[in-house]
Amino acid sequence: MSHLATLASPLAATAFTTPTIEYTQLMPMLIVLGVAVLGVLVEAFMARPMRHEVQLVLALGGLVAGFVSVVGLAGTVNVAAEGAVAIDGPTLFLQGTILLLAIPGLLLCAERQLDNGGPFASAGSSTPGSQHERTLTVMGVTQTEVFPLYMFAVGGMLLFPAANDLLTMFVALEVLSLPLYLLCGLARRRRLLSQEASLKYFLLGSFSSAFFLYGVALLYGFAGTVRLSGIAEAVSANPSADPLLLIGTGLVAVGLLFKVGAAPFHSWTPDVYQGAPTPVTAFMAACTKVAAFGALLRVFYVGLGGLAWDWHPMMWAVAILTMVVGSVIALTQTDIKRMLAYSSIAHAGFILTGLVATGARDATSGEVLGVSSVLFYLLAYGFSTIGAFGVVTLVRDAAGEATHLSAWAGLGRRSPLVAGVFALFLLGFAGIPLTSGFTAKFAVFSAAIAGGATPLAIVGVVMSAVAAFFYVRVIVVMFFSEPAPEGPSVAVPSVLTTVAIALGAAVTVMLGVLPSQVLDLAGQASQFVR
Amino acid sequence: MTDFPWLTTIGAVPLVGSVLVAALPRRREMLAKQLAMAFSLVTLGLVVAMSLSFEATSRAQFQFAEVHEWIPQFGVSYALGVDGIALVLIALAAVLTPVCILASWHDADGGKRSVGIYFALLLMLETFMIGVFAATDVFLFYVFFEAMLVPMYFIIGSYGGPQRSYAAVKFLLYSLFGGLLMLVAVIGLFVVSDGGPQAFLFQNLLALDFSTNTERLLFVGFFVAFAIKAPLWPVHTWLPDAAAECPPGGAVLLVGVLDKVGTFGMIRLCLPLFPDASRWAAPVVITLSVIGIIYGALLAIGQTDIKRLIAYTSVSHFGFIALGVFAMTTQGQSGSSLYMVNHGFSTAALFLIAGFMISRRGSRLIADFGGVARVAPMLAGTFLVTGLSSLALPGLSSFVSEFLVLVGTFSRYQAAAVIGTAGIILASLYILLLYQRTMTGEPNEGTSRLRDLNSREAWVVAPLLAVIIALGFYPKPLLDVINPAVERTMQQIGQTDPAPVVPAAERSAK
Repeated sequence: MSHLATLASPLAATAFTTPTIEYTQLMPMLIVLGVAVLGVLVEAFMARPMRHEVQLVLALGGLVAGFVSVVGLAGTVNVAAEGAVAIDGPTLFLQGTILLLAIPGLLLCAERQLDNGGPFASAGSSTPGSQHERTLTVMGVTQTEVFPLYMFAVGGMLLFPAANDLLTMFVALEVLSLPLYLLCGLARRRRLLSQEASLKYFLLGSFSSAFFLYGVALLYGFAGTVRLSGIAEAVSANPSADPLLLIGTGLVAVGLLFKVGAAPFHSWTPDVYQGAPTPVTAFMAACTKVAAFGALLRVFYVGLGGLAWDWHPMMWAVAILTMVVGSVIALTQTDIKRMLAYSSIAHAGFILTGLVATGARDATSGEVLGVSSVLFYLLAYGFSTIGAFGVVTLVRDAAGEATHLSAWAGLGRRSPLVAGVFALFLLGFAGIPLTSGFTAKFAVFSAAIAGGATPLAIVGVVMSAVAAFFYVRVIVVMFFSEPAPEGPSVAVPSVLTTVAIALGAAVTVMLGVLPSQVLDLAGQASQFVR
Repeated sequence: MTDFPWLTTIGAVPLVGSVLVAALPRRREMLAKQLAMAFSLVTLGLVVAMSLSFEATSRAQFQFAEVHEWIPQFGVSYALGVDGIALVLIALAAVLTPVCILASWHDADGGKRSVGIYFALLLMLETFMIGVFAATDVFLFYVFFEAMLVPMYFIIGSYGGPQRSYAAVKFLLYSLFGGLLMLVAVIGLFVVSDGGPQAFLFQNLLALDFSTNTERLLFVGFFVAFAIKAPLWPVHTWLPDAAAECPPGGAVLLVGVLDKVGTFGMIRLCLPLFPDASRWAAPVVITLSVIGIIYGALLAIGQTDIKRLIAYTSVSHFGFIALGVFAMTTQGQSGSSLYMVNHGFSTAALFLIAGFMISRRGSRLIADFGGVARVAPMLAGTFLVTGLSSLALPGLSSFVSEFLVLVGTFSRYQAAAVIGTAGIILASLYILLLYQRTMTGEPNEGTSRLRDLNSREAWVVAPLLAVIIALGFYPKPLLDVINPAVERTMQQIGQTDPAPVVPAAERSAK
């Protein structure tokens, strides 16, 4: 009876208090989602020839305005929207990162000079190979629905690392995932491959969402709340490990690790990265990873921080497996996009070594090294990866992008600049000093050693050496091989792609040579609100 | 004048030159060469000017020191400075670079690769070599240590011989593996250090106390990287491939200077930072060095390819250098430091003269030569002199250093010194056999029309021979600069020379 009474009492309360919503603090998300809605209206009411320019300006404006409002919020530490959204250092740093990365991603998506009508199918609904598709292609129709989809995905990504309760987090997960599933299937070339990627991503993504949701339910069963701070309290109140808690933790971890592409939940990554339109791959590889790692950090530092001893072995195993699987399987790849996909898996492993360092704090500043190193790594990796995929869109033959490694032979001879920039990104991925990748690796590995995870750092370094081998192999192919006579050419892009790649290269060098300011920023942003 | 940033300037000049040369249009090949030559000569001039104001007797460990904040979060500073050992090695790099540029004048011609880029890479390499010798911040040292790989990799891979791609990748992977081990040690050093924005400064690291295990692990991390770089037996196998496939100019910088970073790292970082671990490891290192001396010499005797032969002689010589460093006596370390310079010059001359000969004949095989002395006496003569220097003939530079190393080693590790001395006998075998097979006898079909050295080539060889002979007779100026640095290292590792033992029979006779 008493149970029923407690359940009934909130219903019996008559007075309804309006929830207080801190609109200014939610402004970045509101702007981006608002622009997405506006984009839908543009699709509905504006004449087709105008849409591309209007959508591009609108979306860019939204991202820039969102970034400006994130900067305006700097220093805010608050739990907003009745406890659903946490606005704190990691949130703002990650939101800023996502918005900054989304800008070059958007520029790649809007490129129309490389392929007549842009990188997306003129109409997703037209059957591949049909007369309808051919007509649309001849007309050079540009797909513009991708812009609102893109902005919805960005909106979800902004909410994902900010979510302070698991249900909000789930909503964010779906908001960011659903548009991505669609975007993956919209490639203009090799459409069947693209649609297969989309379906695969959708099915596996749905599975992982289900795992996540089930985990949330179990954690609710344990703690009686989905609020992360509530879960943290319940964990510290029950020192004995409850099966509900452990299983729930595991299932939530599965859902999140799927999104970051960690082994053994990585199997979607190569197929999806390969099949999806390359600009979308770039966007996913950079932004989804940032958002998902943000959520992972928040769940495991804020909600389950008291349980660190129990989840550390799991994360150790996942980190080691991810680094090994990513680096070793990448060795055998002959397709550039698949190789970059496995490399992104390996990098997820490197980032996880930083995440494991829960206990590491800087003695003087109180900076949480595990968080700050991951924040920095995400920013550094994001820009390099967008730039690298940007270069992939340039190397083309008659059938579209030439992604087979053999097609890249002798690229350094024909277009030294493009090959040189790509080599820069590869050296960055490999972690050669004076590139952002080195600074980032130094940050996560030193955090791992300081947090008592020296073996992880050693595995990380060894795997970096293995990874270096396949990055170097691409450089060898580009610079030391004879060009194939019928090889692909490097297309001249419009200013959009050029800017995106240049931005990636500039950040890769800048964060390698003068990383101090950004490291400071990440350090200051390393405290979660509880 | 003391505030003038000498080292930054010296490092920046070739870098600026490199960018300018690379930016030239492809057709302006001659201008690219002249520009590269000019920049390397300006660098040499600056190094000479700096050396003149170097005070050997100064109390400060590092002169011309510059310290600026770089990445305070990681305790990293941009810190440069030189002691005697670093100074002579920077001078070595500064002398060899213009020599190599002159020697490589036509090496990149006629190929499909850009000529300007080749010279730009050589200049870039010079910047990194100067940086690595001048760095007094361990992190900065590591950065230069790794950055050196990139231009070298492209020099081998783009401008090398038929097996260049294989050699370049092997070189890169060996070096990266060592570099990453060192990275773990660098990170480990940061974690056990006191932290703070200047944690990586050499002086601050000296003050650290480690637990025995930590110290040994960190030592191993650094030492393996240096052993690969030097290279010591048994991690030397990349060197013959890389040196043989590399164009001669690149090979000189690779073996003559780049590899010295390994032995320099041992004496500059391993010993002072980890003195106890160094003593713990010394017997092993001594054994490896002795094996390297003999093994390198034996393999050199067995080679059929001239460039590989020279590369194996270097493996043997690096054994001597490591032997002297880890003998931990003043004479041994002075000898090793001097040996680094002498070996640089004599190997440079060997590689370059052999390179001239090989490019004339179009073959690297010893069997394809014979009777060269008849048709090209100057080439043969200079080759003989440098070869004799390489086998440590008294009166030529290597003799002094090899003798010091062996004397220094004998006072502590007698067996090692005795076996090492056998390396000298083997050295005369490999050099004289090479000379006999290629230079003496009747010229064969391929060699009968060989041209002698032209004036450009003579200008390349002349300064090297001059240095070899001068340092053979009068090594004092170099030793005066090196000795204070060695004595300081000995203090830092808390080691004194063993007192000379007077044999019992002699004592009783008195």
